[in-house]
Amino acid sequence: MSEHIVSPKIYIVIFASLMLGTGITVWAAFQNFGLFNIVIALAIATIKATLVVLYFMHARYSPKRTQLVIVCSVFWLAIMLALTLSDYDTRPREGRTAQPPSVFYRA
Amino acid sequence: MHRTGELYEQFQTLEQQKETATLGMWVFLVTEVLFFGGMFLTYTINRSAFSTAFGIGSNTLDIRLGAGNTVVLIMSSLTMAMAVWSAQVGKKQLVSIFLIATLGLGTVFLGVKAIEYKQKFDHHLVPGRSFDMKYHPAHPMVGDDPKEMALEKEEVEKAFAHDPDINAHGQLYFSLYFGMTGLHALHMIVGAGLLLWLIKGSFAGRFTPQYNTPVEVVGLYWHFVDIVWIYLFPLLYLIDRHR
Repeated sequence: MSEHIVSPKIYIVIFASLMLGTGITVWAAFQNFGLFNIVIALAIATIKATLVVLYFMHARYSPKRTQLVIVCSVFWLAIMLALTLSDYDTRPREGRTAQPPSVFYRA
Repeated sequence: MHRTGELYEQFQTLEQQKETATLGMWVFLVTEVLFFGGMFLTYTINRSAFSTAFGIGSNTLDIRLGAGNTVVLIMSSLTMAMAVWSAQVGKKQLVSIFLIATLGLGTVFLGVKAIEYKQKFDHHLVPGRSFDMKYHPAHPMVGDDPKEMALEKEEVEKAFAHDPDINAHGQLYFSLYFGMTGLHALHMIVGAGLLLWLIKGSFAGRFTPQYNTPVEVVGLYWHFVDIVWIYLFPLLYLIDRHR
């Protein structure tokens, strides 16, 4: 069997990166980046998830067939999110506010 | 009869046999991605519609417990990955040790979750008749920081002025909080069951460099549950924290 064995060294580097990411995301949550807080939080979460998939879940060393399945899951998720959110976002709703709540975003 | 890694007749090589097993797990995980994706979508839509109530709800969560649990869960992913490695290089004793460590960390996570749920009941933050976001700031509990409580009280009052239906919209936040973390915890419990089964197998010395598919496949599942939490933590705990 030509199985790829990921070495513990790589696992520990990935683990350290995930810890660092958790630290940064907590720190960033307490800074006021306005509407970008959520973007930053999700970007860090996505980087962390990608590291887990690539190394802990061995996706990087998996056959192309498996990688295709993984990419498909992201693709179908993107369809669901994009179509549903674009629908909700373009519907007029009562009491919707485009501005962030004043309670949290003091000038 | 336990499987020991012999080649089944429908496969041509052992490699193909193992790839089929992991591919099957990945296909299941795709369905899981869309399952949790639907919940994240519901959360996103409601959060954008009722951002004040969701911000208040998020600020009532204990960030130390949430961040601590994130660390615990990522550590359990590391030990799970190490269990897979131990099996691949034939260190049978290490397989058992790392699997037990993973189970232990998973149990710690669930224990902390139980403490958090208990707090929500004490603070009248469970959706239902007694739900009231004004309750906790008005009734400080033992161990509450008075400065934090004063801040929370001020925040809740402002929020009520901004959105009179805050208790209704707050229940939406907490329904999603309990729904999403509850389903995540359910996945953890299933994972703990699978780990017990693996630990039993590892005591019997079943996982070898030739045959470690169960460890690998359960590992995929465990890491997926970790990924769900990686998204749940910032979305539930970290919104509107800067004040």
